[in-house]
Amino acid sequence: MGKIQLKQVTKKFGDVQVIPPLDLTIEDGEFAVFVGPSGCGKSTLLRMIAGLEDLTTGTIAIDDADATDTPPAKRGLAMVFQSYALYPHMSVRKNIAFPLRMAKMDKAEQDRRIAAAASALNLTDYLDRRPGQLSGGQRQRVAIGRAIVREPSAFLFDEPLSNLDAALRVGMRLEICEMHERLKTTMIYVTHDQVEAMTMADKIVVLQAGVIEQVGSPLELYHAPRNLFVAGFIGSPKMNLISGPEAAKRDAVTIGIRPEHIDVSDSGGMWQGKVGVAEHLGSDTFFHIHDTGLAEMITVRAPGEVSFRHGDTIHLTPRADQIHRFDAEGLRLS
Amino acid sequence: MATHQSRSAARLMMAPAVVLLLGWMLVPLSMTLYFSFKKYLPLRGGDLGWVGLENYTRFVTSSAFWPSVQATLVIVGAVLVITIVLGILLAMLLDQPMWGQGIVRILVIAPFFVMPTVSALVWKNMFMDPVNGLFAHLWQFFGLAPIEWLSQASMTSIIMIVSWQWLPFATLILLTAIQSLDGEQMEAAEMDGAPALSKFFHLVLPHMARAITIVVLIQMIFLLSIFAEIFVTTQGSFGTRTLTYLIYQRVLESQNVGLGSAGGIFAVILANIIAIFLMRIVGKNLDA
Repeated sequence: MGKIQLKQVTKKFGDVQVIPPLDLTIEDGEFAVFVGPSGCGKSTLLRMIAGLEDLTTGTIAIDDADATDTPPAKRGLAMVFQSYALYPHMSVRKNIAFPLRMAKMDKAEQDRRIAAAASALNLTDYLDRRPGQLSGGQRQRVAIGRAIVREPSAFLFDEPLSNLDAALRVGMRLEICEMHERLKTTMIYVTHDQVEAMTMADKIVVLQAGVIEQVGSPLELYHAPRNLFVAGFIGSPKMNLISGPEAAKRDAVTIGIRPEHIDVSDSGGMWQGKVGVAEHLGSDTFFHIHDTGLAEMITVRAPGEVSFRHGDTIHLTPRADQIHRFDAEGLRLS
Repeated sequence: MATHQSRSAARLMMAPAVVLLLGWMLVPLSMTLYFSFKKYLPLRGGDLGWVGLENYTRFVTSSAFWPSVQATLVIVGAVLVITIVLGILLAMLLDQPMWGQGIVRILVIAPFFVMPTVSALVWKNMFMDPVNGLFAHLWQFFGLAPIEWLSQASMTSIIMIVSWQWLPFATLILLTAIQSLDGEQMEAAEMDGAPALSKFFHLVLPHMARAITIVVLIQMIFLLSIFAEIFVTTQGSFGTRTLTYLIYQRVLESQNVGLGSAGGIFAVILANIIAIFLMRIVGKNLDA
């Protein structure tokens, strides 16, 4: 019920190879997140799974049945679009009912499913409104409702939260996670936001220029990034990457240390530098530290309130067991 | 948003344009009203004094009046239906990506730039001439007797000519509407399993409702007063005498300005009745 396998899939737009040969398996019930910078091919990959984009070569199998040439509607997948793609001339009820009407489902069953979806998504009071009369978050819910009623074998989300404001985004993120816990359906979610990826995914697929850089659970990616790209992409603030003599000391070309794995003190430490901007968040304090002789800038995350001011000298000590080492090709050295 | 001063300044600066437009509209209208109550025969004695409503009763009771109203409505209705239906189909066709799109679009719009007189003459002499016309040759090629278009199928001919002229306008407006349709909506419908016809009726047509309304209203205004196409083809014979043409005949052929003016007032009333009906039917599309 919702296992998706891509084998040697490629995509070309004209002469431009957007996706070089790629293999990927998404297990039944998994929450997979495709993450990467914009233009990395993640949306194209999702649209290929949906059937909205043809494959240049390769095959897609859904539940072990070949679906490469199956039309989108017959794949049993439902998609939530970035612009929500609601039908503006129909009421919320008709929007949600549209896939059921197209499947010629009987009226009683339609009503039952719509009522269930509406109550799950808090849309019951809005069923007779038009999409134009709803707020962004409500429109998002309608789009999800339209996907749920089909009872698909997998949900596809194409950057569904990028049009919402920050507070709403966190709320919707939670709701989608809860929906996944409840339905246990396969979900594939595309985003460029690594925080969304880290918080929601069972499995993160990091993409760059159509190539899968690493596949793994959020914590695997956090603790053991396979290369420099993943190391720099996952985690916020970004990992500090240091090359030169300090890296050579540890038999590597580049070493990486996350801001939260550096201890600060005013008396003594391995490295020292001058505090630039200090960002006080209450729970944490972020320091941007210059003149360390290691890199342009080192970011440090200190828990709680630490009273260093602009221009102060600060001493830094990285935790030895948290240093990531990379070779000349940018690959991880274990 | 504006202060009191800037509002009155704006009024002052708009005034010349408004006065000019009002004059342009009101002077002919009041002159028509004035003459419609007079017996005025330019070549047979000129102004012969007030006659009250006599011009109106004569115009309406004339045997030519109701057929002319009918002819007007038939032409307007038929042209509207043809241009909207073909316009939607052409617009959808032109919306498809193809080689030479720009040139094809300009070619499609081209008929709109041809003056009505010229296009009617071209149709009359090059296509519909029973001896030398292209249609006559086509009919003969299939072994059929050529049709004398303008006398045997006069109404159809006029409708063909006028539709040909107005199709580009409808296509152009409807094409811009179709181009603004959100691609993700169509993809969502695709995922929802909607076949092509459902997509057309549930998404494309509702999306174009407003554009269709605008095309109907604008075309109606111009079609109620078509004249050149009739003047250079049938001269109002064979049942193609519209209200506009009847007024022309009363004023210039019979040299009866009073009678024609009364007809003009009837034309204004007819246009308003149709406009009210159309606004009732399609007007709600303009709100949303």
